[in-house]
Amino acid sequence: MTDQSMLERPTLGTAIQRFLSRRASWVPFFAALLILVLMFAGAQAYFGNFLTPRVISSLLLDNAYLLILAVGMTFVILTGGIDLSVGAVMAFTGMLGASMLRDGVPAPVVVPVMLVLGASMGLGVGVLVQYFDVQPFIASLAAMFAARGLAFMVSLASIRVDDAGILWLQSTRIQAAPGSWFITPTGIIAILVVVAGALVLAYTRFGRTIYAIGGNEQSARLMGLPVVRTKLLAYVVSGLCAGLAGVVFTAYTGASYPLNGIGTELDTIAAVVIGGTLLTGGSGFVLGSMIGVFVYGTIKTAISFLGAEQSWTRITIGGLLLLFVVVQRLIVARSRRR
Amino acid sequence: MMNVLRHRLFWPIAALLVLVIVNTVARPSFIAVTVQGGQLYGPLIDILRNSAPLMLVALGMTIVIATRGIDLSVGAIMAVSGAVALTIIEGSPDPDGMGTVLIAIVTGVLVAFVLGLWNGFLVSVIGIQPIIATLVLMLAGRGIALLITGGFITTINSDPYRFIAQGYVFGLPFALYVSLAAVAIVALIERRTALGMLTEAVGINPEASRLAGVRSRGIIWAAYAVSGLLAGLAGILYSSNIMAADANAAGLYIELDAILAVVLGGTSLMGGKFSLAGTVVGVFTIQTLKSTITFLGVPPAVSPLFLAIVVVIVVLVQSPRLRGWVARSTRWRVRPAASRDTEGSEVAPS
Amino acid sequence: MSSQPAPILQVQGATVRFQAEPALEDVAFRMFPGEVHSLMGENGAGKSTLIKGITGARPFDQGTVTLDGEVVAFATPAEAQRAGIRTVYQEIDLLPNLTVAENIMLGREPRRRGVIDWGAMHREAAAVLAELGVRIDPSSLLGSHAVAVQQLVAIARAVSGEVRVLVLDEPTSSLDTDEVGELFRILRDLRDRGVAILFISHFLDQVYEICDRVTVLRNGRLVGEYLTRELLRIDLVQKMLGRSGDELAIPSRPAITGDARGAVLRAGGLTRGRVHGIDADLAEGEVLGIAGLLGSGRTEVARMLTGIDRPDAGRITLEGAAVAPGSPRRAIALGLTYSSENRRTEGIISELTVRENITISLQAQRGIFRRMRLTRQRELAASWVDALGIRPTAIEQPAGLLSGGNQQKVLLARLLALAPRVMVLDEPTRGIDIGAKVEVQRLVDELAENGMAVVFISAELEEVLRVSTRVMLLRDGRLVDTLPAERLTLETLLATIAKADDRA
Repeated sequence: MTDQSMLERPTLGTAIQRFLSRRASWVPFFAALLILVLMFAGAQAYFGNFLTPRVISSLLLDNAYLLILAVGMTFVILTGGIDLSVGAVMAFTGMLGASMLRDGVPAPVVVPVMLVLGASMGLGVGVLVQYFDVQPFIASLAAMFAARGLAFMVSLASIRVDDAGILWLQSTRIQAAPGSWFITPTGIIAILVVVAGALVLAYTRFGRTIYAIGGNEQSARLMGLPVVRTKLLAYVVSGLCAGLAGVVFTAYTGASYPLNGIGTELDTIAAVVIGGTLLTGGSGFVLGSMIGVFVYGTIKTAISFLGAEQSWTRITIGGLLLLFVVVQRLIVARSRRR
Repeated sequence: MMNVLRHRLFWPIAALLVLVIVNTVARPSFIAVTVQGGQLYGPLIDILRNSAPLMLVALGMTIVIATRGIDLSVGAIMAVSGAVALTIIEGSPDPDGMGTVLIAIVTGVLVAFVLGLWNGFLVSVIGIQPIIATLVLMLAGRGIALLITGGFITTINSDPYRFIAQGYVFGLPFALYVSLAAVAIVALIERRTALGMLTEAVGINPEASRLAGVRSRGIIWAAYAVSGLLAGLAGILYSSNIMAADANAAGLYIELDAILAVVLGGTSLMGGKFSLAGTVVGVFTIQTLKSTITFLGVPPAVSPLFLAIVVVIVVLVQSPRLRGWVARSTRWRVRPAASRDTEGSEVAPS
Repeated sequence: MSSQPAPILQVQGATVRFQAEPALEDVAFRMFPGEVHSLMGENGAGKSTLIKGITGARPFDQGTVTLDGEVVAFATPAEAQRAGIRTVYQEIDLLPNLTVAENIMLGREPRRRGVIDWGAMHREAAAVLAELGVRIDPSSLLGSHAVAVQQLVAIARAVSGEVRVLVLDEPTSSLDTDEVGELFRILRDLRDRGVAILFISHFLDQVYEICDRVTVLRNGRLVGEYLTRELLRIDLVQKMLGRSGDELAIPSRPAITGDARGAVLRAGGLTRGRVHGIDADLAEGEVLGIAGLLGSGRTEVARMLTGIDRPDAGRITLEGAAVAPGSPRRAIALGLTYSSENRRTEGIISELTVRENITISLQAQRGIFRRMRLTRQRELAASWVDALGIRPTAIEQPAGLLSGGNQQKVLLARLLALAPRVMVLDEPTRGIDIGAKVEVQRLVDELAENGMAVVFISAELEEVLRVSTRVMLLRDGRLVDTLPAERLTLETLLATIAKADDRA
């Protein structure tokens, strides 16, 4: 890139410059997309039968819950916070929902209860963070403990779910395109959550305030933006997503187990970060988090294709997370010097 | 001096005493110590013995937190060191040999130390936030442990190794000696060298410390290395207790227990002044609390709920806003703030 | 402006106290529409406190604010903004991660059925920018622009919508000459549209170029309000710095000259950022004062000499040998010590005890494992507490609880315990009471008497003159001259540092 003013002739250079000045925050997203594409290509070249409609469709099916969690987590991380409670809240709402279903409560009542429960756990975290100056890490840790304990309080053993409505979410395979492309209602829910999350972040004052807080909370306050309300709401969104993930995960496994989702908070954070969201807040996209989840899912699928230990998944994710964090660190360091 | 010491540890000790008293009232056998074959048994002895891994981890966590950091990877490091040690013993022709066991322990702890060095490198040299830097290993560590054990729960039979967690010396559990020795050594290093004071200085004010010529990078690096080393030792203790290397269960949530113990002991998560004695009290408190929960007939799996309640109470007590409310309602000043100068108000934009 | 309109903004009896210490006391202040007004004063004069009161960031404890004839009380910046008082802070307080348009419009962005209308937002932002004559793409990210452009965007945000009073807190500190010119063009334009502008800058040239009226504060009190064209530059500086009434019995020692003078420390061509080509030399038993206004580069020079910041260019020799004090630790090992002007953030480690604060540098030099015995630490700390008259004398209490003057003495003790060759003291007397000030001055004198080489920085020129044997005069990041103190008077000193470049 050159130094001179770029306002006159629209050359390739100016086009790139213009793109960069407008869309610099999308660069990490494209990096994640590139990694996903490379993974697809590599896996296809290696296995020969990786890029089939069936495998790709399963990618969404198997990771629908993670996708929903990642959307909620993106909201929180964009404000500069973190939510460690999502896995445990997912397990707790799943357990409570399953036990209510077992007791004969109809699904249309159970599902809203699960959602409200998740949202109120999120609200609890938000109140601790916002009103009592507790670090997000500690506040959500307490919620994680609480939710995990509550999950075991519901039942120590797993609870089977045979509610037709819940199972329908998972078992229905809608042919999405010619061939063996398919999508389940859980997949549709996950996609809808992504779309809703993306729209809210891009087109509402709430969404823009989230970015503003992540950019500089003090500045956002000086600008007269509703910082307190927005931060609370971000944790509520994350909790709500955890509740919804509880529904989807219950449908996915056909049962609830109190140990569900151990370590899922880390997978979620890793997916969000790999998807290009800065952990310091203020930059990132829900679509990126979706790519991050797909990267995670692809690694998992590829490892099972290899027949290797599933423990490689976490190791690979840890390595990728490290790579992204270091790169982010370099980017931040460079932009500081400007 | 005595005043300060009493003040700082008053509440942690009071909390521990209350727990012990409540337990004793509920079941007088709680403080009973029986002697069988020259060895002491009883709930209190169990607490002392079972708290050993947490004690080791919490000691390291105290140092890390004093530097304004946090180490989330301790549980995963425990899993790795246990896996390394047990895999060595399992693969050895002589699992009962003293030499085999020693090599296994030293290797396991060394691997843990290297992992700690890695954390410290990410934090102090690369400059990644401690939560994230240690999150990497928290994620990958258990995977590595699973790889080492080949995805199985490695079980062994080795009497010397069993002795570490289950043996008795002079009537007391050997694990207790290990944890006491760790406390003594860490206290000695921190308080008999200048490390403790310099660590606190770095935690309180990194920039002022740099200007005073303190080698803050090295101090932070060392803190994570020590934390890794102690977590490695804890992993040995844990695996010796169950005589198995369980990559998924070893040290699960211990980082949270350790953080809680440190905070209960009066060390602030904001770094700076730390109290090893407080951490020791905090560890015993948590272990007693867990024992209480079990005694109440609550399944151990539910115990996180109680820990969560404790965490919330502790952070609320530390919260400036709540203190403000209390101060306002009682018209009682919490802390004299004479350190503010007139220029303090001018420093920001001017 | 000849027919004086009523003031748009009027502040009366403004008082702010921090912990019983007044930061602002009974200050009156007024602004007229269509005028650029400057608020002048050194660090701690109360400028920021006054601005914060006006903009609602920190309301006055006592006093009234009248806006357009109505008494107002803003509890938050948002309320002041709604009333038409807009602020642009020195540190750009915008959001580099959002677009230019969002930074201008956020908070009152155009919406259609609750959804942000991005098209309308970009159009409105473009219109505001066009009005200011700024040609940038409103949909570009703010962070992709230079600081100067971001500053202009901050102004665009401030002036979009109804603005009656525009407060600019040191907007030019990071701008170059052309950019300042651009800013001034916009300010004149706004002024002609009837906006009352409060312009704060420590660059006298800029104040004289753009401002119609100036209010001077000193030590939290009002010195006076003047029309810029009626106030001589030298008078302005004098009013800002004031004459401290205390008569002090410190004899100004003659500068060491000729053969007697062996330079301990020599620096040539030190350059970093705006500070350019500074030469300095310092002999044993000498107090080298650095005089200059805020922003002249006095702190930068001190920090380069002592390894706190690495110079971009230049060399330093210590007793003839070239040295590179790349870090404070290295510098201390060489005997070059520094005491920061920011006592609270870069000096005292507040929760450590007085003993620990005094011994920490020495201990850090000895290394972790060669810990000084506690009895030795106590002796050392107690002896310095005694020698410097630190009160209270309890060495085991947290240093943060001491008063400012005593904290300063603790910091001096920390350096002295190192037995350094050179001490660089950056505003050691700032914000401490008059008694402690005299004690610190006496101490510096004694140190020099005993052969120490001292660099002494102070915003108070009288103090610099009194304490120093020679004085370096800095202006706008450049060394004007280095002169023996006895050849300088307050008047010549004032004249030199206040002089505009073009009137050499």
